[in-house]
Amino acid sequence: MAPLNAQAHPSDAADPDIATRPVDPAAGAVWDLLSAVHDPEIPVLTIADIGILRRVEVAADGHPVVTITPTYSGCPAMDTISQDIHTHLAAHGHPDAEVRTVLLPAWTTDWMTEDGRTKLEAYGIAPPTGRSAVHGSGSGPISLTLSVRCPNCGSTDTREMSHFGSTSCKALWVCQACAEPFDHFKVH
Amino acid sequence: MSFATIDSATKQSAGTAITAEEIAEGLHEGHTASPDVARYALTLGDDALILAQRLGWWISRAPEMEEDIALGNIALDLLGHARFLLTYAGSADGRTEDDLAYFRTEEEFRSCRLVEQPNGDFAHTIARQLLFSQYAYLLYRELAGSADSVLGAIADKALKEVAYHRDHATQWTLRLGDGTEESHRRMQEAIEHVWPYLEELFTDEDLHDRLEGIAVRPSSLRAEFDAHVADVLAAATLEVPQVPQAMAYGGVRSGAASEHRGFILAEMQSLAVRHPGATW
Repeated sequence: MAPLNAQAHPSDAADPDIATRPVDPAAGAVWDLLSAVHDPEIPVLTIADIGILRRVEVAADGHPVVTITPTYSGCPAMDTISQDIHTHLAAHGHPDAEVRTVLLPAWTTDWMTEDGRTKLEAYGIAPPTGRSAVHGSGSGPISLTLSVRCPNCGSTDTREMSHFGSTSCKALWVCQACAEPFDHFKVH
Repeated sequence: MSFATIDSATKQSAGTAITAEEIAEGLHEGHTASPDVARYALTLGDDALILAQRLGWWISRAPEMEEDIALGNIALDLLGHARFLLTYAGSADGRTEDDLAYFRTEEEFRSCRLVEQPNGDFAHTIARQLLFSQYAYLLYRELAGSADSVLGAIADKALKEVAYHRDHATQWTLRLGDGTEESHRRMQEAIEHVWPYLEELFTDEDLHDRLEGIAVRPSSLRAEFDAHVADVLAAATLEVPQVPQAMAYGGVRSGAASEHRGFILAEMQSLAVRHPGATW
């Protein structure tokens, strides 16, 4: 299993909210183990790729403390992710791992790794385009989205069918060039 | 996960729901809501919970499949807000989100009448969404700066989601209002139907005085709300309703319910009440 670093978006190098692999060797080893824990809804992405994995620490008594954050408030995958972390760490010598959930700072697609974006597109889901607007949409009556590239044919002649898709984090788009509908991991 | 340690009538498994302690983690270890903060969180949480329950009805019944998904997604976001807020409210006296959602009576809920209004036709649901999502957007934007770090964190998270809800309702209002003669007529009628329940959302209470700096003063949101909704209605060729406000019962958020609340609760609570402690 390849060690996984939370690679920052190049322009985000200084963003203090981007999670990174801990320097502490014990915590770093747990972080690497978690590269085998994937999002149950989008199995090509690890929880670090999406930015759900916030922190790994090792408590004084040696048990790992893993901190995650939900993508959306109602995300039903959080329970599964938490159980998957427990199960995976237990199978690798950490039966006493603790999983915590935090809300602040609120998750944003800006935390998705470059690697994650590449994997998403190869999987047929258009990755988030552009950066999230701080604190919601602008002041106009309708929010605008940058053009989204079709993950099937590469055309940018695409349009949104619905803001809402098969999971909270995705929207439904369709390509006008190849006529294929596709999911877009929306900027959030 | 610390759920197993909470003495609860309804949660017998070591569930993995987010607890108040976890919400507050990194901010205030062991932080629990004061009685006033709990009361405030309960009103916000009840609004979100009841509206989530209302919107969930549309799944498989919306005019098109994309709308089944959209309204279901919005309901899911609201349910997430309700879970955080009720969990936090319950931290004041050791109750869980499930205790509060399933084992309170009609009189104990604090939801506003707007969210209790029946779904009606699609236009009625969109009209209710337009008003509630704009209110929620302004509310959470202010609450994100609350002196209470837990409320602030919940609001910060919710804000980005209700911005989508607002956009969804706005787009449908434009389409229906500025659509056919029939869609225009029904959208106008729908706006007039939900309009009488607005005042309740913007009425200050003693509670807001006591929670200065923590709670958002409802009246402070009204001007921006009115301006934004008037803009959307004008763009949709709809009139701002001139109808009286339904301020019956004298008090707001007093537990005096619309006549619809009991029916929603009966449906929402039936499984948990019949099978206390059931898990799946």
